Amino acid sequence: MMATGKKILEQEPSEMEMLLPWHAAGTLNARDARRVDEALAQDPELAKQYAAIREEYAETIDLNESLGAPSARAMQKLFAAIDGEPARQPSLALNIPERIAGFFAGLSPRTLVWSSGLGALLLLLQAGVIGAMLVNNQPASFQTASLSTDEPVTRSLGQEAPPRALVRFAPDARVADITTLLDHYQAAIIDSRGGMFRLQFGNRAMPKDQIAGLISRLQGEKIVSLAVAAP
Amino acid sequence: MSATQAASDDVLIARIAQGDRLAMQVLYGRHHVRVFRFGVRLVRDEQVAEDLISEVFLDVWRQAGKFEGRSAVSTWLLAITRFKALSALRRRKDVELDDTAANAIEDGSDDPEVAAQKKDTSQALRKCLTALSPEHREIVDLVYYHEKSVEEVAEIVGIPENTVKTRLFYARKKLAELLKAAGVERGWP
Repeated sequence: MMATGKKILEQEPSEMEMLLPWHAAGTLNARDARRVDEALAQDPELAKQYAAIREEYAETIDLNESLGAPSARAMQKLFAAIDGEPARQPSLALNIPERIAGFFAGLSPRTLVWSSGLGALLLLLQAGVIGAMLVNNQPASFQTASLSTDEPVTRSLGQEAPPRALVRFAPDARVADITTLLDHYQAAIIDSRGGMFRLQFGNRAMPKDQIAGLISRLQGEKIVSLAVAAP
Repeated sequence: MSATQAASDDVLIARIAQGDRLAMQVLYGRHHVRVFRFGVRLVRDEQVAEDLISEVFLDVWRQAGKFEGRSAVSTWLLAITRFKALSALRRRKDVELDDTAANAIEDGSDDPEVAAQKKDTSQALRKCLTALSPEHREIVDLVYYHEKSVEEVAEIVGIPENTVKTRLFYARKKLAELLKAAGVERGWP
């Protein structure tokens, strides 16, 4: 170790010698910094080399600091160029929470109100369906006077299922308008995904031509931007 | 650079990717001086370096959406600066002249000698740092002034980490030779 510094012209530098500049700059990890400290304590030649490095380090900083700063012209040129760039599309690189937050931030307060109202309605509906399923699936340990377990609590969704449609409401649709529409068509929201709502109409099956007419009328509603028949 | 600032830089880049000009101004204000100085040391021309920083930050504006955060933003900026500087040097077609000038100083031109005659080690050291080859100058600057780790320098310059270590060692050895030629003895090597 003592001859480390003397070998440099004849041989490849040692690992410790090569790490000295980063030690001076304080950018070594803790383990390497400790190794270099130990080597410096044991090798006076290495310590002499380290002293020279510290001089180089200080002068390099002084030299760079003396270079001044760019004029305002550089910034003006940059932002003039940015002004000439095409409008920016939202990046897909943003993480999911940021995109969700950005989506809600972009909604108008009115849209948020009716969206949250519909969300609550859906939650109630879902709770009702789950509750009904639980009641239906549980073995009856008792019988109430009003409920016969021989009859299904929920209606069959087989061939006689009532018509359904996937609907997207207009962004400026109000909750009151949507409620009126649902009443008018005797419809209920049974599902929602990606801004689309699945509506069920009445409680009886309909012939195909009636369903087509229903969808057509629905499509003509002001607050409906899209309506298609759904299973 | 602190971890907090590095994280904050990442946030700025995410906002820039969304077209946020204010975030761009903040990032520019935070880094433009260091980018400029790195550019000046590479191209040795303030006007060219000013043009460089506009190009570097315009690239950031355009490419922010592709930044994956694997390295610090400052490292990314220096890598872009280096690439632009080398392109500018190629355009100027006076790289040989630049090298010739550097070699002339390395062979013992007047400046280091004059500095040594004045017994001003500090001044001589500074002159010799300027006289290093572009390859050696950049690695000295990246480690000492820009405080980049071995890994970060490897990423900026595009060479293996072991090469980073040996290149800096030989840059320092060259510096010692220049100083010796200028009459400055520091006891190493």
